[in-house]
Amino acid sequence: MLPIIFVLPILQLVILSNAATFEVKNIKFGYIDNDHTSTSRALVEKFNASTYFDVLTDFPSEAFASSEMLKGKVDVVLEIPHYFERDLQKEKYNNLGVTINAIDGAAAGVENVYVNQIVQNFNQHLKVDLLQVSDKQIQPIYIETIPLFWYNETLNYKTFMVPGILVLLVTMITLFLSGMNIVREKEIGTLEQINVTPIKKSQFIIGKLFPFWVVGMALLTIGLILAKLIFDVPMLGSLVLLYAYTSIYILVILGMGLFISNFTDTQQQAMFIAWFFVVIFILMSGLFTPIESMPKWAQIVTEFNPIKYFVEVIRMVMLKGSGFMDILPLGLKTLAYAIVMNGLAVWSYKKTN
Amino acid sequence: MNNNKVIQVEGLTKMFGDFTAVNAITFEVEKGEIFGFLGANGAGKTTAMKMLIGISKPTSGEANVAGFDVFTHAEDIKKNIGYMSQKFALYDDLTVKENITFFGGIYGLSRKIIKEKSDVLIAELGLEKVANQLVGSLPLGWKQKLSFSVSLLHDPKIVFLDEPTGGVDPITRRQFWEMIYKASNQGTTVFVTTHYMDEAEYCDRVSIMVNGKIEALDTPKKLKKQFNAATMNDVFLKLARG
Repeated sequence: MLPIIFVLPILQLVILSNAATFEVKNIKFGYIDNDHTSTSRALVEKFNASTYFDVLTDFPSEAFASSEMLKGKVDVVLEIPHYFERDLQKEKYNNLGVTINAIDGAAAGVENVYVNQIVQNFNQHLKVDLLQVSDKQIQPIYIETIPLFWYNETLNYKTFMVPGILVLLVTMITLFLSGMNIVREKEIGTLEQINVTPIKKSQFIIGKLFPFWVVGMALLTIGLILAKLIFDVPMLGSLVLLYAYTSIYILVILGMGLFISNFTDTQQQAMFIAWFFVVIFILMSGLFTPIESMPKWAQIVTEFNPIKYFVEVIRMVMLKGSGFMDILPLGLKTLAYAIVMNGLAVWSYKKTN
Repeated sequence: MNNNKVIQVEGLTKMFGDFTAVNAITFEVEKGEIFGFLGANGAGKTTAMKMLIGISKPTSGEANVAGFDVFTHAEDIKKNIGYMSQKFALYDDLTVKENITFFGGIYGLSRKIIKEKSDVLIAELGLEKVANQLVGSLPLGWKQKLSFSVSLLHDPKIVFLDEPTGGVDPITRRQFWEMIYKASNQGTTVFVTTHYMDEAEYCDRVSIMVNGKIEALDTPKKLKKQFNAATMNDVFLKLARG
């Protein structure tokens, strides 16, 4: 059991951190070139040069392109109209048709932005060329924004995801282990034997918590080492602070697991309930989707989500280098949560039925 | 209160919804006695026993075990009793020694005493060779004997045995009863449920439960006379069939 507890989460960390990315890459791009001029070819060449697009083919017709999109062979289709070059020179204005597969709305939005950027870039060069031909006195005016990306200068997705995924793993393992635990003893009958001993309820719960607490801390340690070695995630803040917070956080999860365990009669029931909470906690944690964009009621629900707090704290400490006072409000909430959950765990454990 | 009465039960009742599992039972058990608690499956033996050992709250009635009230002082009762359940309930994934150390620790025995006791216990049971093996790997008969010894570890006043010999071979059963007699001779009261009527004959006194009520209670000899039967088996059949 012990190897399973440690090996599986490590594999998950390595796999998920590489795979769970919202970066839109390798976009399957097709085009219909009705113009066949040097300008239209230059435009397609711009897409070819981009690392985001895999330029597939020149579709002979719109019908063919849409049938390919149905089959899922292409996601973005650019249609260059007849007389594209001629009209551009004459009218200094033209339209391009872009069709995007928007089943995944978020990805479609990003793809649209990429397409626009490339077309605009193409446009600017074109403008300069055209202006030079027609009117040299009018200078084009550009306004450019120069973004500074703080805390993750290179916009590395892994830097953002690895700490969050580590939180998930620590949470899932400790919740499942503790959730299965007392109920397992109910199933095999040892709990009854314990119940006829004079052991105190709090002693019993502490005895149950401690091993899993150690497992949780060990997982965090291994995860942090891997984050550094494999993903080169920075550790700007204090390691001591992160461990101090985690030690409280794990108590919340363990208390919750034991509470579940006390209320169920079989391991299946406990597993089902644990999964119910884990799925909600993960999806509402701000790990994959920002909490700020959730509806108001959902934002209130996330206040009760321990994973949300840990995700926030670990990102703050590791990536921003936040100190004790910065995470204090989150730490206090977590502490209160831990006291409540463990109080419930002790209360719900009944030696006498 | 008579100090010789270690268990005093008066009108003890347990209801599960509308169903009366234990119906106003009344009896007393004296110090050092081997008290057989008989009854068919579902007669309410285990439920009654669970109330006496403080893990099930009675619906009504009174019960005093080892000088403590089951309603108000269940935890004090637990310090003074040993219990061996129907289901083997030591930790299969701990070794013989670890189980002894663990349960000794729960009862608050010091490390030194646990060490001494576990050496004696392992020697008595002849478990020297398997002392460091996982309990799960032992044969059932050995497990049951170990389980009984562990329930006696803290020198309880009363030991409750719930079908301790279920599924074990005749030789082991024999050895098991020798252990029971030994404990009884040392002054421990033994409260035992069983389905084996020959075992009932070994008890000082026997009660027979039918449908939640105690229908008969006396020494095996007197019961046989009362029901005009040759063996306890016949007594039981007469009662259980009504």
